[in-house]
Formats: sequence, C-alpha cells, structure tokens
Amino acid sequence: MEDMYREMILDHAKNGHNWGLLENPDFDHAEDNPLCGDHLQLTLTIDADGIIRKVGWDGDGCAISQASASMLGDELVGMSMDEARKLDKQIVLDMIGIPLTINRVKCATLSLKTLIVGALGQKQWEKIEDEE
Amino acid sequence: MNKPTLPYDVEAIRADFPILQQAHHDDVPLVFLDNAASSQKPNLVIDGMTNYYRTSHANVHRGIYQLSEQATQLYEDARKKVRDFIHASSHREIIYTRGTTEGINLVAMTWGRKNLGVGDVVLSTAMAHHSNIVPWQILAEEKGFMLKFVPILDNGTLDMEAYRQLLEDNSVKLVTVVHSSNVLGTINPIKEMAHLAHEQGALILIDGAQSVPHMPVNVQDLDCDFFAFSGHKMLGPTGIGILYGKRDILDDMPPYMGGGDMIARVTLEGSTWNDLPYKFEAGTPSIAPAIGLGLAVDYLSSIGMDKIHQHEQIMTEYALDRLAEVAGLTVYGPPSTQKGAVAAFTINGAHAHDVAQVLDSYGIAVRAGHHCAMPLHQLLNVNATARASFYLYNTLEEIDMLAETLEKVKDKLIF
Ligand SMILES: Cc1ncc(COP(=O)(O)O)c(C=O)c1O
Repeated sequence: MEDMYREMILDHAKNGHNWGLLENPDFDHAEDNPLCGDHLQLTLTIDADGIIRKVGWDGDGCAISQASASMLGDELVGMSMDEARKLDKQIVLDMIGIPLTINRVKCATLSLKTLIVGALGQKQWEKIEDEE
Repeated sequence: MNKPTLPYDVEAIRADFPILQQAHHDDVPLVFLDNAASSQKPNLVIDGMTNYYRTSHANVHRGIYQLSEQATQLYEDARKKVRDFIHASSHREIIYTRGTTEGINLVAMTWGRKNLGVGDVVLSTAMAHHSNIVPWQILAEEKGFMLKFVPILDNGTLDMEAYRQLLEDNSVKLVTVVHSSNVLGTINPIKEMAHLAHEQGALILIDGAQSVPHMPVNVQDLDCDFFAFSGHKMLGPTGIGILYGKRDILDDMPPYMGGGDMIARVTLEGSTWNDLPYKFEAGTPSIAPAIGLGLAVDYLSSIGMDKIHQHEQIMTEYALDRLAEVAGLTVYGPPSTQKGAVAAFTINGAHAHDVAQVLDSYGIAVRAGHHCAMPLHQLLNVNATARASFYLYNTLEEIDMLAETLEKVKDKLIF
C-alpha cells in the first residue's frame, strides 16, 4: 500500500493553508462527511470580475480531508468562480496523489463537495461524485 | 405428448444447485415446484457469501481499515449490479431493503405518510399480495384516505376499463399493482397502467416480486415511480430486497427509520439526512445478503433473462397442457401467453392441503393455501389452491411427473 501519510499530505494537514473563516464572505457553505463526522466550512471572497481573491476554511477532519481542503484552497485563489464551478473530483484525487479506497474517497472529496454543493447544489455534486 | 425444445441445457444449470442433487425423504428425487415462494441458490451465491464471511467481513461505510474497505466495495458493487440489471439510471435509486414487503411499507410510511390524506385514493388490485393491501389499510386508518381495488375479469386479467374509470375521479394519488401475479400468473400491462396513472397525476408502485426473477425488467421503460422486489425469489439469499424509486421522488421523501448511516449530522437539537440511497438505509445493513444478491444477478445475467423467460413460457404452456389432461382439475388465471410460470389449481373433491401433502410424499414440493392473497381466493370462490411454480432449473420431465402423480393423488384422496 502506498503511503497515505506521505510528507506532503501531513504537511498540508498539520499546517493547512488558508485556515480561518473570512469576514463578510461572498460564499459561505458547510458540509459533512456522514461516514466519519468530518465537517468543513468554506468561505470565499470574490471580486467584481468573479475571481476568487481569498479562501478561508474551518472544520475538523482527518489528514486526508484537511490536506485536500488546504490544497484545493491553494488552487482556488486567483481562479474565476466560473472555472471553480466546473472542477471535477479528479482534481482533488490528483492532488492527494495516492490511490484511495471507497470510504476514503469521501474524505478526499469533502472539500470539493463543500464548494460544489454551496455553488451549484446537492444534485450537481451527486453528478460529479457518481462519475465512474 | 411431444416435448418442446428448451432454449438452454437445463441439466447443466441444475448441476449448479446443490439442493437439487439431494434426495427427498431419503429416496425420491426432489421436484421443487415452489419457486414463487422462494427459489433455490446456486453455488456461485452460496460460495460467494461463505467466502465473504471467511475473508472480507467487517461493517460497511465506517472502517477505514482494509477489511471494511473491501466489504464496502463489495456491498456497493452489488448495488451497481442491481442498477444495471433493472436499468435504473443511478445507483442512488437502488435502496436495499429486507424484501418486497419492506419496500412497499417503506413507500407507505414515508411517501404515503407525507402525501396522503382525507379525500385521496390509493388504488390497488383485487389480485394483490397481502403486502400490497395491508400497509395501505394500516395507513388509511391513520390518514383517512380511501383504498380502492381494480377488479379482475373472469379470464384472470385486470379490468382495464374499470381501471380507467377509477382513475377518472382525479383523487387517485397512487396506483399500486403487481407486475406478475403470484397466484394467477397474470402479467399486467404495467407500461400502459403507468401512462394512464401519470395522465391523472398519480404515481405508480410496482410489486415486482414475481417479475424481476423471471423476465427482463427495465424500470425506465416501464416509467414506474417505485418498484419493489425480493432477493430470495431470484436465486439470492433471504433478508435482502430492493426498492427502486425515481430520484426526484426519493429526494422529496422523509427518511424511513432513524439511526446510524442515514444521517449527515446529528445534534441533540436535530439531525440532517444523508444522501440517497443511504437516507433510507438506517443501521448496519444485510451486507452478505446484498453481496449474494449481486452474485445472483451475475448468475441470471450469465444465462440471460430473455432465455430464462423463454424457458419458463415453454414450461408454462406445457404445464397447462399436461394439467388440462387431469380430469376434475381447474387451473386459475389467463392462458399461458399472458402468464408467468405459475399454475394455481384445485381438484374437485380434494382439498389443496391434502393434494400438496400427498405430492410431497412423492418428492414434489408445491405450495397450498391462499398464497398471501386471501381477497383473490374469495373472488375465485375457493378457500385454497395448490400452486406449482417453475424456474430456470425445472424440467419438462418434472411437469410430467407432476401430472402423473396428480392422478395418483386423486386415487388416494377421492373415493
Ligand atoms: C407478488 C408478491 N408480492 C410480494 C411478496 C412478498 O415478498 P417478501 O415476502 O419477500 O417480502 C411475494 C412473495 O411472497 C409475492 O409473490
């Protein structure tokens, strides 16, 4: 089995980037992973051109879900909201970079789920999640 | 009588079913003709479940250790096999239940409790199994809606003219109908019934307990809103069944039971629900049976539902011809062209229970009684029928044996 706790993941998990909720955000949404109780809240500030300027996370979770939030947040800064809405789950799976088993995929994608459900709703998220 | 040709080698299939190899009463071969009540299991299912318990068992959706991941994967793979088997559009529409009965009760207790009230009508049929009558009676008591029944014609088919008329008063909210009757064998025109129900703004629930095991089913083509069936009648284990529901409708329904696995977040003030299908799957599920059902689907698919249906149609036609030769015997239901692999019959002067008992002494297993359809038997004006029901592993020779043994039964019982 490949090392689920390779240094990069642990580093992101321990010293998560963009941690702490933003004041007066333009986007604010929270989601849970019912399998293990992980909870993530995402706040964004978005400028007049629709570009994401700041990302602020809060929540509890395992190293995989925290690292994925940290890495996804890095990607989001400077991205347009239009682009962000089109992200698929491959982006977070690639960032984690190790094969994940069926239950762990839910941890890795919780960050993206928070973004997509908040932006486009549960149905759109289920579409993305169900892509095989 | 000339024997028709069957679409596949039945002996090869029988070899996969260990129970069919064993002698009955220690000396006569078993002729198992009670498949409508429950089917036997092939090695693929038996060994697959045993192997799961030997190598891969742990609770699902919880652990992140290897065994739990394996169990979860197998359990969810089985759901996708079922999705493909009945041609649902998403695995989220496939809810694991304990069987047909629980599926119908789930719809009654969630959709029904939310959407039915005084002035509404639930339309069932006179050929319904008790599982499609009693839950609605219980709920009607609570909510005050009316339960009505589509009558049947003398030939054992539904009275479609009466169905149209019953729909016309616009208060029907749900039509609930058996796809293939477990007594008459009647295969109902579900697609047409769904269309008519939808025209009046009603939903339609199909009891597929006797159809999914025996013929190709495409829930999207039928355009049904709910579809319930049982694993144990289709070569799978007991304790597992499926409720299919259209996603939008399931999304709007409140949960069924509360507990673990069905929640997103719980606080002492309140809770939110998990995504489909888990919203309806509280508690540790029947993991090994679900995996067994997936293997049963594999087995049926490897033969092909078209071929199985063809086999059974030939068997039914042959059985009706052979039984017609038995003087004093009446078979109930439509002709073989509109009928599933079921022959419920009575013999003048002999009670069905006695017929079944004597048949058993010759190694032939049939069921006798009202087959959980008492109102139908009241209509037929008999208190019990004997029922022979066939499946993919039955042979024409077994039907010969049934017909010949029935003559001996008559000698014994009728003086
Ligand atoms: C037509 C029909 N509906 C419902 C059922 C109930 O199935 P189960 O007992 O598996 O819930 C049966 C079988 O007994 C049946 O034949």
